[in-house]
Amino acid sequence: MTINQSGWKPTSPEANEASVPATFTGNRALMLEEKLIFEIGDSETTGVDFAEGDVAGSRLGDLSRKDPIGLPGLSEPETVRHYTRLSRQNYAIDLGLFPLGSCTMKHNPRLNEKMARLPGFSDVHPLAPVDTVQGALEVIHQLAHWLVTLTGMTSVAMSPKAGAHGELCGILAIKAALEKRGEGHRKVILVPESAHGTNPATAAFAGFSVEDIPATADGRVDTDALKARLGPDVAGVMITNPNTCGLFERDLKDISDAVHAAGGYVYCDGANFNAIVGRVRPGDLGVDAMHINLHKTFSTPHGGGGPGSGPVVFSEALTPFAPLPFVEKTGEGFRLVEEENADDHHADSFGRMVAFHGQMGMFTRALTYILSHGADGLRQVAEDAVLNANYVLRSLENTLDAPFAKSGPCMHEAIFSDEGLAEGFSTIDVAKALIDEGFHPMTMYFPLVVHGAMLVEPTETESKAALDQFIGALASVAERAKAGDPSLKTAPHFAPRARLDETLAARKPVLVWKDKAA
Amino acid sequence: MERMRYLPLTSSDRAEMLSVIGAGSVDDLFVDVPESARLSGPIEGLPNHASELAVERHMTALARKNMVAGDVPFFLGCGAYRHHVPASVDHLIQRGEFLTAYTPYQPEIAQGTLQMLFEFQTQVARLLGTDVANASMYDGSTACWEAIGMARRITKKSKAILSSGLHPHYVSVAKTMAKYTGDTLETGTPVLTAETDIDQMIAAIDADTSCVVVQYPDILGRIADLTPLAEACHAKKALLIAVVTEPVALGAVRSPGEMDADIVVGEGQSLGVGLQFGGPYVGLMGCKDKYIRQMPGRFCGETVDADGKRGFVLTLSTREQHIRREKATSNICTNSGLCALAFSIHMTLLGEAGLRRMAGINHANACRAADRLAKVPGVKLVNDVFFNEFTLDLGREARPVVRTLAERGVLAGVSLGRLYPGEDALANGLVVAVTETVTAEDIETLAKALEEVLA
Repeated sequence: MTINQSGWKPTSPEANEASVPATFTGNRALMLEEKLIFEIGDSETTGVDFAEGDVAGSRLGDLSRKDPIGLPGLSEPETVRHYTRLSRQNYAIDLGLFPLGSCTMKHNPRLNEKMARLPGFSDVHPLAPVDTVQGALEVIHQLAHWLVTLTGMTSVAMSPKAGAHGELCGILAIKAALEKRGEGHRKVILVPESAHGTNPATAAFAGFSVEDIPATADGRVDTDALKARLGPDVAGVMITNPNTCGLFERDLKDISDAVHAAGGYVYCDGANFNAIVGRVRPGDLGVDAMHINLHKTFSTPHGGGGPGSGPVVFSEALTPFAPLPFVEKTGEGFRLVEEENADDHHADSFGRMVAFHGQMGMFTRALTYILSHGADGLRQVAEDAVLNANYVLRSLENTLDAPFAKSGPCMHEAIFSDEGLAEGFSTIDVAKALIDEGFHPMTMYFPLVVHGAMLVEPTETESKAALDQFIGALASVAERAKAGDPSLKTAPHFAPRARLDETLAARKPVLVWKDKAA
Repeated sequence: MERMRYLPLTSSDRAEMLSVIGAGSVDDLFVDVPESARLSGPIEGLPNHASELAVERHMTALARKNMVAGDVPFFLGCGAYRHHVPASVDHLIQRGEFLTAYTPYQPEIAQGTLQMLFEFQTQVARLLGTDVANASMYDGSTACWEAIGMARRITKKSKAILSSGLHPHYVSVAKTMAKYTGDTLETGTPVLTAETDIDQMIAAIDADTSCVVVQYPDILGRIADLTPLAEACHAKKALLIAVVTEPVALGAVRSPGEMDADIVVGEGQSLGVGLQFGGPYVGLMGCKDKYIRQMPGRFCGETVDADGKRGFVLTLSTREQHIRREKATSNICTNSGLCALAFSIHMTLLGEAGLRRMAGINHANACRAADRLAKVPGVKLVNDVFFNEFTLDLGREARPVVRTLAERGVLAGVSLGRLYPGEDALANGLVVAVTETVTAEDIETLAKALEEVLA
């Protein structure tokens, strides 16, 4: 493949392929193919040396493993090469702008990694006597303090493992509060159409029935429709703010008051808190529970799909129902409130959600992030995130259809639709062509309320130069899609793989490697 | 504010961008926030931005307040184990292309993560002895209750029998969830004996039972053949769920899948991940082929690209929340990708030979420790069949003994009083884990300290 710096675009992949000779290895210079460990390793090889010594003596009863497990091993150099080669087939924030809307792919500061690896945090057992882990408990306590302060809420549950787990935590607290009031009959949770899929899945898991709230033409929750639906069967609402169209829900306080008056609770999906951190406190908007994705707002790394961390802040009304365990400051230091001592002042807790105390490795990173930014930096985070998104929106609104551009400024993400693309062209073609331009695509086809949605979240850690290059690339691709350039249908052309057959994968699932010879 | 190191925009950038936007100031972009909800002042008590050096000082001071496992003779287990992690594991997971990638939703530029997940799924399935495994869960405890929910959907029954040898935190999590899902749980407290409760569970299975959940090795470190339990489950159309909190054990003992468990879940922390005061960890989850449509979480599958080359994609996503919304098998979205990578790299470095050797050393060290500690006057070994963890009866309450030993710089194990507060019959129990990181000297130090404290 040629590096395409001239602006010349191939008209079809075939024309391009013909000029490029095949290689013996299948490699293309720095683009290196890598086989599976099952094809290159064997059961005798190991990359770990253990001390010599007697391993005899068996107290295993009659349970000793007799049959081979089938685990291939590689020496250390082969292992390092295998995973290094694999890593080079990934796009990542470290390589370039990653405008995945609703996912907040911002720079991951390396100080956070270094701090999480201090032996005093990384090499500490969760069940060690509490007197020996006072520093760990203090980290949890300090982070909890800042999360409560930044959100204007009363308390926080630190243990949920990710955003969706946090949602579950909030919804279970609502359920516990209703049951305590003798109103367990409230079975309906209202969820806007634009919500993340985790919202309805969470509510359903907790035994609620889910009803959609429609959106208005300007991309916000239809407040009148929501209020009209409130009643004695409604347990609460789940609202994302800023919402998944990238807009601030102006009426949230008004909605909260109405929900409370009708006996329900307000859950806020805090996935987009990064847009307002330091500028708006959800507690001032009447929110009863909100999860905070530490892997979004506070920049703990996404790691190719996790781990996350989803602490949940609570209002005074829901605080008594928060899960165990949590950390409390006493005269003598910090203590853990767990099953054994919960009864003295936390008897209404709905219980435990996880073994141990939550994602400690993420807590150290998030606390490091908060202290690094400080009050002025966090506020600037929100401002620059919003500024960057509006810059993208206004720079592209005349090239791509921007359905809510007339609604006013967006928050941290800009949304476009596929309207105006040539017949037969859709968002996926734009996205795959952006890959060839050296960018990760935006979120595609979400939220569902916008046809062929393209949700662009640049984040605050992008420079103006990076944004200008991205805007130029997206505009160029959009013009090609409007003109019906057929080469878009076969994009990406320069990625490690062409478009993959997802239908085949689902129809005949191959989920584990099987030795073809066997 | 002056420039903050993570924020690249300059003041002149901001001014230029505002003019493109057509806004007078950044405040104009927050016009949709009601006046009453706008914060104008500083954040209460939070200082302004700080240098790397200043933050490093603050965090290091906190870290120093903890007793580091590697600095002392260390014998804690009960669901989190201290193993040696080869240096290359942490180096590789810190490559930016792994660390700072997202869930592989654009497979053409995420083959690194996807191929790794396919390898991980295969390694996990082989280790657990299941047909398939998913791309990870949050941790062992959440994987365990997801398995109980899965059994309810498969069997259309909702009574789960939990072994008294199941980790009490796992039981707690399942109890919390059962309150809301309508599952009925039968649970019990373990008894300080050498025998597991398998016979009692077999007797308890009836036509309403959806599943039996058994930990292997169990919370006291005991191991027993699961085959009769699996047979008893299947005779009543119930599923056997096995929980493995120490995957290194499966390098030495038969896998639950081999003994016909239907779903096997586990905590993968032992391999590659480290203690980290309890998280993040990595949940392992495998099952028989016929149940894959009821599995929670992500699957990676093999396919081909438009040029016919082998590649990998996330698949069977019609089970998942982003497609099925309220009808999904689980609400899980983010999982433990990077910890799964660490697990997989460690497993690749070990290979079959290395894992077996590592398991052998763990077992041999544990046997030595058990023999030595059983000689301490007043101490009895509860279970003489174990892998790398066993329970001692100290003849007096273990919890204060553990605290006293910690003051002397020995982390002796997990007292059952910590895990089962208020259970007098268990108060004398101490669970001791002995991995390859424990030396003969550590064992002797613990034994001597125990002799002195118990004298």
